[in-house]
Amino acid sequence: MRTRFVRTLLTPQGVAVSIGVLVVIAATVFGPILFGDAASARDIASRQQGASLAHPFGTDELGRDLFARVVVATRVSVLLTLGATGISVLGGVLVGVIAAVLPSLARRAVNAFIDILLSFPWLLLALFFSVIWGTTATGAMLAVGFAGIPVFGRLVSTLASSVAGSDFVHAARILGSGPLRTATRHVLPNILPPLLVNMAVHASVTLLSFAALSFLGLGVQAPEYDWGRLLNEGSRRIYVDPMAAIGPGIAIVLTGVVFSLLGELFSERRRNAPLRAVRRRTRAETRAIPVVSDTEPVARASDLRVSFRTEDGGLVERVHGVTLSIDPGEVVGIVGESGSGKSVTAMAIAGLLGPDSLVESDELRFRGIDMTVEPTAAERRRLGLEQAMIFQDPLSSLNPSLSVGRQLREVSEIHGRVPRPAALKRAVDALNLVRIPDPERRLGQLPHEFSGGMRQRAMIAMGLMGSPRLIIADEPTTALDVTVQRQVLRALRDAQRSTGAAILLISHDIALVSGFCDRVIVMRDGRIVEELAADRLEDARHPYTRGLIACVPDMATNRALPLPVIPTDTAATAVAESPEVRT
Amino acid sequence: MTIPPAPTPITAAPTPSTPATAGRGERPRLLGGSPRLAFVLRRLLRAAVSLAIVLVASFFLVHLVPGDPVRAALGPTVSPEAVEALRRSLGLDLPLGQQFANYVGGLFTGDLGVSVSSQRPVAATLAERLPTTLMLSVLSFLIAAVGAFPIGVATAVSARGGRRRAVDLGVSGFLGILIAIPNFLLAVLLISIFSVGLQAFPPAGWGQPSQVVLPVIALAIGPLAYLARIVHVEMLRVLDEPYITTARSKRLPGRVLYLRHALPNIVAASLTAGGVVLVGLVAGTVLIETVFVIPGIGSTIVSSITTKDYPLIQGVVLVYAVLVLVANLVIDLALAVLDPRSTIAEA
Repeated sequence: MRTRFVRTLLTPQGVAVSIGVLVVIAATVFGPILFGDAASARDIASRQQGASLAHPFGTDELGRDLFARVVVATRVSVLLTLGATGISVLGGVLVGVIAAVLPSLARRAVNAFIDILLSFPWLLLALFFSVIWGTTATGAMLAVGFAGIPVFGRLVSTLASSVAGSDFVHAARILGSGPLRTATRHVLPNILPPLLVNMAVHASVTLLSFAALSFLGLGVQAPEYDWGRLLNEGSRRIYVDPMAAIGPGIAIVLTGVVFSLLGELFSERRRNAPLRAVRRRTRAETRAIPVVSDTEPVARASDLRVSFRTEDGGLVERVHGVTLSIDPGEVVGIVGESGSGKSVTAMAIAGLLGPDSLVESDELRFRGIDMTVEPTAAERRRLGLEQAMIFQDPLSSLNPSLSVGRQLREVSEIHGRVPRPAALKRAVDALNLVRIPDPERRLGQLPHEFSGGMRQRAMIAMGLMGSPRLIIADEPTTALDVTVQRQVLRALRDAQRSTGAAILLISHDIALVSGFCDRVIVMRDGRIVEELAADRLEDARHPYTRGLIACVPDMATNRALPLPVIPTDTAATAVAESPEVRT
Repeated sequence: MTIPPAPTPITAAPTPSTPATAGRGERPRLLGGSPRLAFVLRRLLRAAVSLAIVLVASFFLVHLVPGDPVRAALGPTVSPEAVEALRRSLGLDLPLGQQFANYVGGLFTGDLGVSVSSQRPVAATLAERLPTTLMLSVLSFLIAAVGAFPIGVATAVSARGGRRRAVDLGVSGFLGILIAIPNFLLAVLLISIFSVGLQAFPPAGWGQPSQVVLPVIALAIGPLAYLARIVHVEMLRVLDEPYITTARSKRLPGRVLYLRHALPNIVAASLTAGGVVLVGLVAGTVLIETVFVIPGIGSTIVSSITTKDYPLIQGVVLVYAVLVLVANLVIDLALAVLDPRSTIAEA
């Protein structure tokens, strides 16, 4: 915990925030002592001056140095901000805890009330309260503080109810911890970190609100001054001295940014590192579309290697030199455990790996199209028509906002240049083929109106909308239950028979693959360890393959014994060591 | 944006991303089984409750002021007789229940009382100034909404491709700065550059088209940047979804991929953020109207608080609250029409 804290502070952002916080603290503590005289020294001779070296922000109508006044105003601005934030937090914790303790109905009423208050912008709430407490510094502090109570009330109540529902709190209750003890010992410590983070971010908002109120003349009153007041006075003299307004403005913005960055620095939310492209694929010159004969392999990869960017900017190779080829109409299965590189291999063959990957090979072709370069328009069209993909999770791989019919029609309309009625007819035929009843009505529905198995069959139907030569199915049945698996596999089989397309089926289930495919490829740690005909699995020579087969229970399995497992060091001689890291 | 209304708690639950499964079939299907209708009715009920709270709050506003509001409004020099006379004419001498009945009854007939300082009916003043404020906020919102989408989508797409990283970082940083600058400060900056420096636009007033430009820019830029960042983040999230990989596998052209497959999936989050922005804009008019000396209800609320003109304050608070309620309701209804799934997802 402590080391993480230190490490966070030593990041570039951490250093910048630390410096910012130190500057704010220094100006708050020492500002009035060091600059107090300069800020109040009247000098009628040099009044209303513009920015100069002696007076970086100029002087006011009494000749007082505005830079000094901005520094001195730090104390009032920061203290009022902290005071108001304190009121918001205390009030919020009180409301949140009371809400958490109340019976269900009252709790919902309180939460609904908080929701309603939250729907009003802060400034309006603060204005409302400042009517009550008057237009003074204290009144504004109370107003801004009270306006923030709903924010923390909602936060505390959300956090508390999520913590209160967790297992360790239940455990504490069972062990006889009373409500008060549970709240202070178990709930509060766990909501404290997010609360502190939000406090810092909230302080930034408070600072701006204060500046706004004082700027409107509803906060700090003369002769006292904070940044908002200085901005107000400065903006009236903007024709003479723009810095009189910009100076306090800079102080407001920078301090606000320091507060909010402080909160962000320690928040759990990690920023998404922007994707970094490994290498741009070169765009192919316009080429003639290669003529493909139907006896050549539909897909061929030779010495295929795929690497990915790691977080620290290095490259790690996941697939180490895979060579495979798929003949027209052939059904090939790739089996292997998670992380064996089977999906990555399939995505590379499909040409769908993102810009964060590096694909190298001696040859990578789909029906004559070179997949190592950016495809031409004509090649894209052929890929769209001739390749079909089916993914593991049929819910997330269909677009939730578009009707199934629209998603099916697309390929025919865009690549096949088929008019809409004909595309619709084709979509109906495709759904019929995968045995989805009532296809006309189904086409108008959104994916979430389909059951899981039906969605996957719709995915298969989508692949039939072009003229598929290769259907790549990546764990198509893993997310489905066993009875539905059979329907999906039957649909896949029907699709293959009616189109003559080849299939590349990826799975970790060797029983499924051997029953469905002509040929089985076994992968482990990014390499092909064995390749054999599906009906000759018993001839498997590689210990890993034999291990996989032994893991499949059958009717003769002795249920008194534990199921066999594959030892991790199986055939360490033949199988690669851990993926080597290249930088 | 000056007052980012209610910062989203950092740890709070994320927006429901794939709401299709959430809550489906779990809630009893009331009201003819249409979750959309139930959603709309719930929101209408909520608006009605909010309105009732606003009515009560604006009524008690005067009574919550410590001390004697009538004396405070008139100042210490006015005779006790004058104070009593005003108290009677405001109806503050009546029993509380009677006062409230008169207040609500007056609202139904469009009677919001009479301003203490100008002696004019509050309703007349508001009717005169409301259109200005409405025009200011609606124009700004349109500019923010129309500008945010292209910027957000374009930066997300270029960031997703891992290309033009410098441009992307520059744009994100620039948006971050624009969000951090409060709108009243931006207004002052714009005046000093465009009115004082370049003398291109008038620094204050309302009525001519040239006087609309600076206030609208000052009000719109923060929300525009905020919305653009939401669109950017949401677009990046959606572009990582498996269904976009499916769309890529179909080799759809970029236009179809981004506009037809990705964009509809960021509607719910963008609309919700749009609601926050719209409400923030309404509140922002208070500051912008004050800076640019625009005769809207925003500058009215500030001057009425300063002069302690309580009937006028009550009227403006009420109108602002109703504007916020209407803005929220409009966004909710738009959500129900444009993204029906979000109405199902709501727990």
